[in-house]
Amino acid sequence: MTADATPIVEVHHLAVDIDGHPVLWDIDFSIAAGAFLGIIGPNGAGKTTLLRVLLGLVPPARGAVTVLGRSPSQLGRGAHQIGYVPQRPDFDPRFPVSVQDVVMMGRACCLGLFRFPRRDDWRKVQESIRQVGLAGAESRRIGELSGGEQQRAFLARALCSETRLLLLDEATTGLDLPAQHELYALLQRLRRDLNLTIIAVSHDLLELGAHADELICINGTTHIHGRPQAVLHSHQLREAYRCEFDFLSDEARESAGRH
Amino acid sequence: MAALLSYGFMQRALMAGVLVGLLCGVLGFFVVLKRLSFIGVGISHSAFGGVAIGVLLGVEPLLAAAVFSALVAWAIGWLSRTGRLHEDTAIGILFSSSMALGVALISLSSAYQVDLFGYLFGNILAVSPRDLWLLAGITIAVLTAVGLLFKELLFLAFDEEVARANGLPVAPLYFVLLTCLALAVVAAIRVVGIVLVEALLVIPAAIGYQLARGYRMMLCLSAGAAMVSAVTGLFVSYFLNVAAGATIVLVLAVLFVLALVVARSRRAAASQAVVLGHGARAVP
Repeated sequence: MTADATPIVEVHHLAVDIDGHPVLWDIDFSIAAGAFLGIIGPNGAGKTTLLRVLLGLVPPARGAVTVLGRSPSQLGRGAHQIGYVPQRPDFDPRFPVSVQDVVMMGRACCLGLFRFPRRDDWRKVQESIRQVGLAGAESRRIGELSGGEQQRAFLARALCSETRLLLLDEATTGLDLPAQHELYALLQRLRRDLNLTIIAVSHDLLELGAHADELICINGTTHIHGRPQAVLHSHQLREAYRCEFDFLSDEARESAGRH
Repeated sequence: MAALLSYGFMQRALMAGVLVGLLCGVLGFFVVLKRLSFIGVGISHSAFGGVAIGVLLGVEPLLAAAVFSALVAWAIGWLSRTGRLHEDTAIGILFSSSMALGVALISLSSAYQVDLFGYLFGNILAVSPRDLWLLAGITIAVLTAVGLLFKELLFLAFDEEVARANGLPVAPLYFVLLTCLALAVVAAIRVVGIVLVEALLVIPAAIGYQLARGYRMMLCLSAGAAMVSAVTGLFVSYFLNVAAGATIVLVLAVLFVLALVVARSRRAAASQAVVLGHGARAVP
């Protein structure tokens, strides 16, 4: 797919301090509309913090960040154009809400305070549920769904507003391989159908590398940013993870399996 | 029974019980789902400090308790949300200090003629027309606020992080909830008293949580259980000649045990149906 050249997100010389300690510094990147950027890095690298800066939840100490043409802290009602799927949320599985109740939560910021959902809002909820392949599960309690289905429901919640930018924080953690694969395939389809711009954080370098247009590897600061194949085979990636490793090709894997 | 209902004090007591049941049943929904029950304990006990200030200054004790409880609720919220203290630590400090302030002020004022026992353990039969108006005002104000902000409060209870990321004013919403909680506590003091008010906030919603699959049903069960127990407890206490506040709480406790039994038997039946379903499929 071709990405629009207009940047949806621009980050220049970003630095973030938490409790006086530098967590991120000298982070620079931009992402064009319709592109898919993967953020990788070891534990504690600041990946989630970077997403939280883009969401306006953490203020930058220095540098400039623009999301959808505005500073994240000034997004206000523009926040409904950003969909966020957090790491497997720590929610009460017996919380008495159905899939459609959860997805409707995504409409709350579009509706505004003191307003009740109308027919159009429920229609949008149904559409989002259908888009993620959960049609028929609208009335099921969220805690009764499998891990993969729950992530789809949270993805539907993220899509339910007028979403242009989708941020995912380790959305595949805890999912088995088929469920991970299905989630990435779904993201690619949604990206194409809805012209979404996607930024995803993940520890799964190969799966993310297979779907993203670009990868950025951070560990406090940017170690390497570029096309997935170039990033995955770079020495900067090993530097960021502070260890040596290699990715086996399919042939090598088959050969290892035979011995 | 008809003669009993003809008494003005009994009519006011019934109305107070229904109003407080409705108020606490609805707010308890958020107390249980947002896990605010310990904050509820802190706010209710701090109301004693407010009552004492009211007695000392000669202003309506319940009004003073409303203002004081709201201030304590905001202080707990501010201390815990800004990361200055863990929430349970903030509650522990403010709740015990407020109680101590209340005891100290009452002992200073030598106002022992004030019905302190009534504030601590409730005296629903002594609800005055003025109390009833205050209670009705609080109930209307709190239910209006909760009704208008329901979708936001539900989102806040379910997933605060994403609610904030979606641009909802999470901190103001949380403080609105705490203020409603402080007002509900004050409204319920006349019915069950400072010491037992937490029961009205937690047990009805816990009954709804056990039995309901959806939040609308949980809300209805919570409000219904609170109102039914208030009315039942009032009559039972009258006929057995025991304290009304304590009887209302005991009725709630019985309802909760029944709800547990029903929920447990439902789960057992559901798992048996699953086993039978597998068995049926296994047969060729």
